[in-house]
Amino acid sequence: MPPATAQFQAPNQLLVCGDWLRNQPRPSASQILENHPPQAGDCLVASELGQWDSTLPITLLELILAYRKAGFDLDYRQLPEGLVKLLNLSLDSRRNTSQKQPPPPLTLLNQAGYFGIHVSEILFRIVDFVGELTLAIARMFIGQSRMRLADWLEKLVVCGPRALPIISLISFLMGVILAFIGAIPLKWFQAEMYVASLVGIGMLRLMGPVMVGIVMAGRTSSAYAAELGTMQVNEELDAMRTLGIPAMDFLVLPRFLAMCLMMPMLGIFADLISILGGLVVAVVYLHLSPLSYFSVLTQTTRVSDLLVGLFTCAVLGILDGICGCYQGLNCGRDAESVGRATTSAVISCIVCIVIAVSLITVLSVVLKI
Amino acid sequence: MPSPAPIVASNLTLAYDDRVIMRDLSFQVEAGSVFIIMGPSGCGKSTLLRHLIGLQEPASGTYQLFGKDFWKQTPDEQAQLMKRVGILYQRCGLWSSMTIAQNIALPLQQYTTLSQREIQALCEYKLSLVGLGGYGNFYPSELSGGMQKRAGLARAMALDPEILFFDEPSSGLDPVSANRLDELMLQLQKSLNSTLVVVTHDLDSIFTIGTTAIFLDPATKSMTAQGNPRELLRSTEDPSLREFLSRGGIRK
Repeated sequence: MPPATAQFQAPNQLLVCGDWLRNQPRPSASQILENHPPQAGDCLVASELGQWDSTLPITLLELILAYRKAGFDLDYRQLPEGLVKLLNLSLDSRRNTSQKQPPPPLTLLNQAGYFGIHVSEILFRIVDFVGELTLAIARMFIGQSRMRLADWLEKLVVCGPRALPIISLISFLMGVILAFIGAIPLKWFQAEMYVASLVGIGMLRLMGPVMVGIVMAGRTSSAYAAELGTMQVNEELDAMRTLGIPAMDFLVLPRFLAMCLMMPMLGIFADLISILGGLVVAVVYLHLSPLSYFSVLTQTTRVSDLLVGLFTCAVLGILDGICGCYQGLNCGRDAESVGRATTSAVISCIVCIVIAVSLITVLSVVLKI
Repeated sequence: MPSPAPIVASNLTLAYDDRVIMRDLSFQVEAGSVFIIMGPSGCGKSTLLRHLIGLQEPASGTYQLFGKDFWKQTPDEQAQLMKRVGILYQRCGLWSSMTIAQNIALPLQQYTTLSQREIQALCEYKLSLVGLGGYGNFYPSELSGGMQKRAGLARAMALDPEILFFDEPSSGLDPVSANRLDELMLQLQKSLNSTLVVVTHDLDSIFTIGTTAIFLDPATKSMTAQGNPRELLRSTEDPSLREFLSRGGIRK
């Protein structure tokens, strides 16, 4: 297989020969020009040109463009027909290039300004979304909503019964962990029996709702964002808008209501299972009787603990539903945006959960609930 | 001496689990030809293409790519064979998180030892061939449907493939853009002397670029005709093929 060469044989003829393949050595345009700077009347000819791939046209193009830059024309019409066509095609297209200009560098003040605009846009969109959702709920109460019952029931099943296995596992283990952590200091004071109070109050008031909120954020809110985001990518949302079907009624309301309704129920379920987890530790590790465990539990936990927990669950359900649906509806139109919307849904849910739980805890202390 | 046929299919049966889509497909694609796989919507054209580009194994039959029984090769050998083909997917399949130039550069970085400078020059060259010179820094979402198709074609040509597969290249394009894409495909095919395999039901494309065509009939779940599209229109006695080929009016 002859190697690729490009040399001037006659004064004005650059002879191209050999195999020009990307996995073989070949001269570069700059090497060719080093020996023979551009001159008027030069032309390209091919002799014993074997196999060639795109490396030959790009070398020749570089030569032609270097000649043009120097104010000369390198005649390539004597090359094989296919090669000439490719060079013509490429050179024709290069005449009409529209280079994308990089954005101008931003000063710190510009960046702060753009950040402010970006944040205000997000806030406006959130307010807009919550307002639309409120109107959709109002439409539902006056019987004008276009939400389909079948969709809502399906979402209820997805949010509720299908979440039970993961909620059971995590809440049982949370009860066990809480009881174990509490058992050590309680043993120092021979107050092991109060492990039931620790698990009961801790789970009912705070840990149960937080745990359910975070699990539902990762499991369901992210799914909402991914579903709605994919619908955005597939132009399904556009199809709804153009048909005058409000996406808020049709898509958001069933998901949001299912989440709001199921969260308190999942909270109660998680409380019960975590109490059982605590019971296992109390019986096996602390050697308490089940009767004394439940007796202490009922004496020290109040109905208000359960009600605060249920209220927290309801608030977290609203937040999880809003975050998931908002991120899905505001997703971009490519695959990457769906991933970004899903991640944003989970992160915004967790941030909202932490803020909401902090506020509720402070509020319940101030109000002495 | 003519080059051997790069694609030879013998008694291919295509199926999804137990559901047979097409049975006993036998054909060969000659080197340097424009081979059209045509048929009505849902007849299994894209499924056949998935088998030809190594995404799905046929239920039975043999498929020879460049003289090798594709499905009897090891995964590494299959990958080596697939390096010699380029594919333009129906929805282009451009990676949305990368610029157009990065889309073209990725297979070159993966499979060649070219320098970064050479890869950049190749990207510019491929884009200029499809009329997208200067669009390397654009993301797919910033381009129109027709431009995305051409960018997809530039990526398909990145490794100088011997065979180019096209899945419904004119879908989603207006007639002018579709016609330009057909012309571009023909121009590139003649310049590069590559083989084109085109899945389409677009009659304009079939008659403009096709040298050989096969017709997949969903009613019989088989290939009912093979030949030059214009000659098929003149000579066929198969009513479903006649109806398919003449639905745009009588052609001369």
